[in-house]
Amino acid sequence: MALMVVKFDLKKRVKLAQFLWLMYWFSVMAGVLVFSMGLFFKIELRKRSEMMDNNESHFVPNLLIAVGLLACGINALGGKICYDSLDPIKFSRWKPMLKPFLVSCVAFNCLLVLTALLCFLMRIPLQFTLAEGLKNALRFYKDTDTPGRCYMKRTLDQMQIEFRCCGNNNFRDWFEIQWVSNRYLDFSAKEVKDRIGSNVDGKYLMDAVPFSCCNPGSPRPCIQYQVTNNTAHYSYDHHTEDLNIWKRGCRDALISYYGGMMNTIGALVLLVAILEVIVMIGLQYVNTSQCNLANPEDPESESEGWILEKTVKETFTDIMDKMKAMSKGNAVEEGGVDGVATVS
Amino acid sequence: MVLMKMKFPFEKRVKLAQGLWLLSWMATLAGAFTFTLGCFLKTELRRRAEVMDNTEIHAVPNTLMIVGLASLGINYFAGRMCQDALDAGRFPRWKTFMQPYWGVSLLFTLLMLMAVIMSYAMKGNLESSLKIGLKNGIRFYKDTDTPGRCFQKQNIDRLQMEFRCCGNTDFKDWFEVQWISNRYLDFSSKEVKDRVKSNVDGRYLFDGVPFSCCNPSSPRPCIQDRLTNNSAHYSYEHQTEELNIYIRGCREALVNYYMGLMNTIGAGVLSVFLLQSSVLVSLRYLQTTMEALAGQENTEIETEGYLLEKGVKETIMEYVTPVLVFLQLNQVGSEDTEA
Repeated sequence: MALMVVKFDLKKRVKLAQFLWLMYWFSVMAGVLVFSMGLFFKIELRKRSEMMDNNESHFVPNLLIAVGLLACGINALGGKICYDSLDPIKFSRWKPMLKPFLVSCVAFNCLLVLTALLCFLMRIPLQFTLAEGLKNALRFYKDTDTPGRCYMKRTLDQMQIEFRCCGNNNFRDWFEIQWVSNRYLDFSAKEVKDRIGSNVDGKYLMDAVPFSCCNPGSPRPCIQYQVTNNTAHYSYDHHTEDLNIWKRGCRDALISYYGGMMNTIGALVLLVAILEVIVMIGLQYVNTSQCNLANPEDPESESEGWILEKTVKETFTDIMDKMKAMSKGNAVEEGGVDGVATVS
Repeated sequence: MVLMKMKFPFEKRVKLAQGLWLLSWMATLAGAFTFTLGCFLKTELRRRAEVMDNTEIHAVPNTLMIVGLASLGINYFAGRMCQDALDAGRFPRWKTFMQPYWGVSLLFTLLMLMAVIMSYAMKGNLESSLKIGLKNGIRFYKDTDTPGRCFQKQNIDRLQMEFRCCGNTDFKDWFEVQWISNRYLDFSSKEVKDRVKSNVDGRYLFDGVPFSCCNPSSPRPCIQDRLTNNSAHYSYEHQTEELNIYIRGCREALVNYYMGLMNTIGAGVLSVFLLQSSVLVSLRYLQTTMEALAGQENTEIETEGYLLEKGVKETIMEYVTPVLVFLQLNQVGSEDTEA
């Protein structure tokens, strides 16, 4: 009992082939879209690569690029097959290839679904990467004279301004590192000597944040220095002050930015996968309807098309049997070889 | 004396009509493009409307939008006319339409050229508008509790950060205004009282700038206050320090941005103008060659086409004389009544 049988006369076959050809062109464009999204994602990751530690993985955007290119190729080929399906002579050239092509389409769809899943899951490794990367970035903020790190200050400042965030987890991260370079500290001043003497590593720590943490939406001019000292500023209470500096940490800000991007890309890839399944089913109908003409000599006769020749269960058991037969065949051969070996 | 006469055999007429049809479609797209350019420029000007004093500069994008829409109509009719031109029987029905059509299309094509000239000529207007707008913006920076001005601080801060500029002409503009609200000044402290007393208007002035003037590319943490006091900061000399805050004034930054935008748009619209002019010239030739065919039995003969039936001067006189006569009649009439 075949799965989802549909009767086809010539007009219906022609309509199906034309419709499917159009759908294949949409799928090619969808493949281009997936490719460009992968490229965009890769560029965005590269832009912030200084905020990530060195072993960040570009696996997902590379996979998206590869899948996009593959989709373009497969769909272009499918479109060509559809175009030729109405001409019996041309179609007979494609006939032997069609079954392996459909099997590869099934595999490709599984790959698409896997890619979408990876997009949703990539958030987790990204979190660890960013935590490590931002910690280092904050440490190297002051090293504007060290080659290889001289642009870290500018990058971090611009990022804090753009993403409206401060520090790694929150603004207190700035209190734990020395972010003012020794070049600009007057070591003869009492205040500097006190601060350096007050901790083990001899670092100049203070309860202050860089200017890029300032919130333009604050009604009062930005308070960057002595942030936790209420008496240092008139009419100021740091416990209730919300608008002075950005409260959110940059790790959260970047995760939500990249997370949103990845969710959108993952959803789009799922939609493309659904489109691919539809065109694959359409191609199977075209294939079966062309192969099962009621009267093989007359191309205008009626035919039947189906998705699977037997039901799902039977097809599955067939495949399992074939695999068992193949493995048994191997075993018998090996047994024979062993037997020969022992005899001699 | 006919202006720019050309002979048109049948094949040339057909080619002219076909070429014009294609040109008119391209010109339609160019008209839509002009409209979108106008919309884009208007949006960009509106985004910074809070630092502009008047909206006179909006004449440029408004003109572009009007011209874009008009050229859609002009080119649509041009296309329809040349579709009918290949059939000598159908062309004469456009005869009464032609006079007003030429008037309207010449007007809008000239308006397109005017828009291009305006986009270059209105630089001074833009600059003075920005000067006043920025001056007010800086003055009202501290008024975050006054309705109608509470977002000035945020706007000016975002503007300075985005355009990498500080103050109106330069950063010293901040020294002349009180940009810290009285709500956050401790009037019992000696320092505040001294500063407030030191000037006539009782304002708290000091040599400091807001944080949005800070340049992220500076190698040292930003120095915002006591900018002109070298001894207040270690290893600091304000005359040679260039990277600490943005040196450029916001007026200059905004004028450069908008003039760059308008120059690019002006160049694009100029090419659209040339395309439109070529459409109109070709249409004129087509019209005159088809009119010469009127009443002829054989529609495949050679005809002549021209731009103007008489010379330029004579044509102008033809249009201007009725107007002059009207004016003179009025004058004579008023003299009579006076007498």
